[in-house]
Amino acid sequence: MAKATQPLPVHQEPDLHTETMILNYGPSHPSTHGTIHLELELDGETVIRCRPHIGYLHSGFEKLGEHLTYNQWIPLSDRMNYLSPLANNIGFAVAVEKLLDIEITPRAQAVRVILAELSRIADHLVCTGMQAVDIGAFTAFLYGFGDREKIYNIFELVTGTRLTTGFTRVGGMMRDVPDDFIPAVKDFLETFPETWKQIDGLLTRNKIWVERTQGIGVLSAEDALDAGFTGPNLRASGVPYDIRADEPYCGYENYDFEIPIGEYGDVYDRWRVRMEEMVQSCHIIRQIIDKGLPAGPINADVPKVVLPDKSELFSKMESLIHQFKLIMPGHGFEMPKGEVYSATESPNGELGFYLVSDGSNMAYRLRVRPPSFVHLSGLPRMLEGHMISDIVAILGSINIIAGELDR
Amino acid sequence: MTPFSEHLVDRFRDTFPDDVIEVVEFRGDYTFIVKKERILEILQFLKDEPDYDFDLLADVTCVDYLKLGGTPRFHVVYQLKSIAKKHRLGVKAPVSESDCTIDSVESLWATANWLEREVYDLYGIVFNHHSDLRRILMPDGYEGHPLRKDYPLEGRGERDDLEVLQRIANQLPDDILMVETESVKRGKENPDGADVI
Repeated sequence: MAKATQPLPVHQEPDLHTETMILNYGPSHPSTHGTIHLELELDGETVIRCRPHIGYLHSGFEKLGEHLTYNQWIPLSDRMNYLSPLANNIGFAVAVEKLLDIEITPRAQAVRVILAELSRIADHLVCTGMQAVDIGAFTAFLYGFGDREKIYNIFELVTGTRLTTGFTRVGGMMRDVPDDFIPAVKDFLETFPETWKQIDGLLTRNKIWVERTQGIGVLSAEDALDAGFTGPNLRASGVPYDIRADEPYCGYENYDFEIPIGEYGDVYDRWRVRMEEMVQSCHIIRQIIDKGLPAGPINADVPKVVLPDKSELFSKMESLIHQFKLIMPGHGFEMPKGEVYSATESPNGELGFYLVSDGSNMAYRLRVRPPSFVHLSGLPRMLEGHMISDIVAILGSINIIAGELDR
Repeated sequence: MTPFSEHLVDRFRDTFPDDVIEVVEFRGDYTFIVKKERILEILQFLKDEPDYDFDLLADVTCVDYLKLGGTPRFHVVYQLKSIAKKHRLGVKAPVSESDCTIDSVESLWATANWLEREVYDLYGIVFNHHSDLRRILMPDGYEGHPLRKDYPLEGRGERDDLEVLQRIANQLPDDILMVETESVKRGKENPDGADVI
């Protein structure tokens, strides 16, 4: 049976049909710097909505922390952050030492500060360099990587590895630094300012760079605080919050340094703050080198916690027993019962560790407060309203480290 | 770091006399343990009052006290930081397993959105009035909450419901298999063939 025919509509000028488009950016994209998936709703080339999806690199580090002793977890801390692993090692050691209430030696403090500042420079070199690469300026990145290589050589000299350092121990370091550590750092400090000038000369007043970055991804100070930003990203918005100055650890109160802050909180300011922080980091290292590394042992004199010196291990019975008592499964040091939150200024921002101890040799709860996680949650409010080509600029400027993001 | 001063503790006790369960001091840091019913008002007070001035919510997390015999089982932990006053404070709110909910503080700090999603994902605590309470680290449709103490480190959570991909050889039609046999036959005549099949 034929259907009743509908009367034909009166001919009208058709409206131009517009609709928004969904674009999936990532999870595997060269400029996401890790596996992050952004679900973007686009109106033409303008991003009108952004929904980040994360979790691709979730490794359960916090769960593992409840099943490993404190020193065993240190190698996991550097696997969270593949740009500045030593900063994470130090952050965790500082947290456990706060829970134990032990003081480390002046020498260990100085070594930690040098290594932390070197990793800050290495991290910022990658961040500033990759930001430029993403926008299309390749040269600055290559200049920066030459000097980053020097830092990694220093890490290799000191820790034995370039990336997975695992160098701190509760109460000190894995071992003392070798004799050629200080000359290598001096050598780096001599050449780095030249490289810094080259990068600065290439980009700071470069018209293309300025136009691509100024006024992009603006975040006011109130918005940045609301979004929980810390570190260079918060300072770029004009809030002078630096844990090294506010709550000094590892003897940062003994050094003189300035906290660079930005004015507008855009991509350019975030880049500029990181550039200026590298100068300040060099300034801090130079103060230690000028005074000379404090003499004395690298590890605190707390035998119940600190591993014995490796040189004594094969010649002294007591040291061998001591080593076994701290290392063997089911042993390890006793922890006082309690809960602490300890924050350090990692290159990316506030790296917090929340430790709950039930008195055993393993943490009852180990929480990592990763700066990248919080920074990525603030991404949509920076991105919305900008063009697709600005995504890489904004994403690069907040320096997401996916290992830390997903833990 | 400026320590959180005593009189601020007393003032907090006076302001919320019925809600403060305990004030803990450990290693120079204060932690307020408060009832969860008025958590939003308490954090609002700590944020807006000029003497406290906690403008940064550093962290939201949770601890499962199952193995320590804690009742209630969970504590939701807020880490606050005042940038102007330079002090820190922990605020903990016990949440029982039977009523596993607490009010979201997203209206005070936007950063709570993702941090609370993570607590929901890994501990299963439901945040009331949260704008977008979905899993964040674990895949959608995942069962269980991995950071709970009764969730084992290994053995559970491995996914066995994934569709197994079949090998193509099993689905090949017969004529393709015949072609393969022919090529094997040709191999017999190949002078380079090391062994003859």
